This record gives sequence, C-alpha cells and structure tokens, in this order.
Amino acid sequence: MSDFTLPTDKAGRQEQLSVLFTEAVPHNHALGLRLVDVGATDATVVMPYADVLVGNPETGVIAGGAVTTLIDATCGAAVFARLSAFAAIVTLDLRIDYLRPARPGLELTAHAECYKVTRLIAFVRALVHQGDPAMPVASSQGTFMRMED
Amino acid sequence: MTPSPLPLADLVRTVRQSREYHRLTDAIPYTRFMGIGVENLAGEMLCRMRYAPHLIGNSILPALHGGALGALLESSAIFELLLQTDTGRVPKVISSTVDFLRSGKAQDTFARAFITRQGRRVANVRVEAWQDDRTRPIASSHALFLLSEP
Repeated sequence: MSDFTLPTDKAGRQEQLSVLFTEAVPHNHALGLRLVDVGATDATVVMPYADVLVGNPETGVIAGGAVTTLIDATCGAAVFARLSAFAAIVTLDLRIDYLRPARPGLELTAHAECYKVTRLIAFVRALVHQGDPAMPVASSQGTFMRMED
Repeated sequence: MTPSPLPLADLVRTVRQSREYHRLTDAIPYTRFMGIGVENLAGEMLCRMRYAPHLIGNSILPALHGGALGALLESSAIFELLLQTDTGRVPKVISSTVDFLRSGKAQDTFARAFITRQGRRVANVRVEAWQDDRTRPIASSHALFLLSEP
C-alpha cells in the first residue's frame, strides 16, 4: 500500500484523515468511531455509546473489547499525524489499564499521543475518558510498526 | 412463547451444566455483534470469531482490525473464567497486554484461554488466537481480572 501524504494545513489534515479513518477502515465505521481532532503528534477519537457494544447486559457497561478497538484506532491515528501520512502500519503490542468502569449511556473519548518514532517503530500512549480527562476510564501504551513497501 | 431471559448469574449456572454456550454469548450484545461464540471442539472449550466484513481494519491487505482480535482474546478470557470457575458475576478486566504476532486474514479466528492463576480476588489469564495453524498464533495476551466472591 502506498502512503497517502496528508495536507500540511491543520484543517485539511483533519478532514482527509477523518475520511480515511472511517471509510478505509470498516471496523472503525462499524463502531461509529469519529476522528474529532488531529494535532502534529496526537489524535482524538470519539466512540458513541451503542447498545451493540454492551458487554454486561445487566449494567449496560461497554465491553472492554470495544474500548480496545477505540484505543488501537486512536493510537494509529496519532501515528498517522506524527508521520503526516496515512501510512501502512501494524500494531505490535498494546497494554491497557482499566482505571474505572465506563458509565453507561455516555460516549467515550480517546486521546493518543505518538511521542517517539524511529525509522520503523512508533511509540504511543493514550487516555480514555467520558468528558473529563482528569477522570480517565483507561490508560494505554502501544507500539506500532511501519510496513516497508 | 419465548421464556423471559434469566438473570446473567442464573444463565451462567445453567450454561455451566447444559453446555449450551450459545445461550450465554447470545445474551451479550457485544459478542453477538462481533460474531464471537464458545464452542466445544474435541472436548476443548474454544472461542470462535466468525469472519464478517465489518471486522476488517485494513481493506487493502485485507486484515482484521487489531481491536477485533483484542476483543476476541478478552472475550475468550471472560468466558473461560465464567464457565470454569464459580465466580458469581462477570469478571472485570484490570489490565491486559496484547501482542499482535501476525496479521489476521479475512476468515474465522479461534482462541483458547488458560487460567494461569486464580486467587480469591484476582485471576491471571493467558490467551492465544490463531486461524489455520494453531502452532502459528496470530495474537496472544495476558490479562488480570477482578473476580467477585462466589
């Protein structure tokens, strides 16, 4: 896959990356993930609350697996932001700490920062919250690898 | 007339006995959405995530989304704990680490969980996922869960 270089202006980057993030990734689309902000090295993604994402029907709490997808996707977007390209990358590993239960009915917001890249590897950390970043639901750290053509 | 749904704890107890695993996975919206089921294959309890186009993360390869594989690993660990221990409620994940070993192809994926330690409060679980060849796993994880008192 040849990389799509992203526009240099912030609005253009965000618009193009948002479209690719949803349209080119069927599972992101299926979970209703929306890329809402992109910086030079970071990205913010929202996952709306949905009945199909519930992992415990008695409490209405979202399944951890859906949170994993949100984090993986947001970390990937932060790598794209850092590389200024929609590049071919794969997740190597992802560690997630679940800090407190997500409250049912509320959307989840993930913010990820790609704080270091080498020629092949990108290092990312992320926090998930429900409106107040000071009260995170989950924190995460992951590594990604850039695929060579 | 369809019987009214059992509370989850009762359903889990019933399924431990009857081994009608689909009654449990059907009762959880997310596993139904992901096509994740529990199957007894050759006397072994495995999870299977049936391939569907909405699980794809990279359309060009194509490859399964890392999050979908993470979901299979975590669901597999939770079902192992629910069905093989006497925990009274759904275990809560404390932390998990997933290694992505190979890209997941557009086909069914299997997972098997192993409880490496079960304490009174916390259980450690290791999970492997594979497709064609069990000796070539595509993802693995280890995770900690908080158990409720039986």
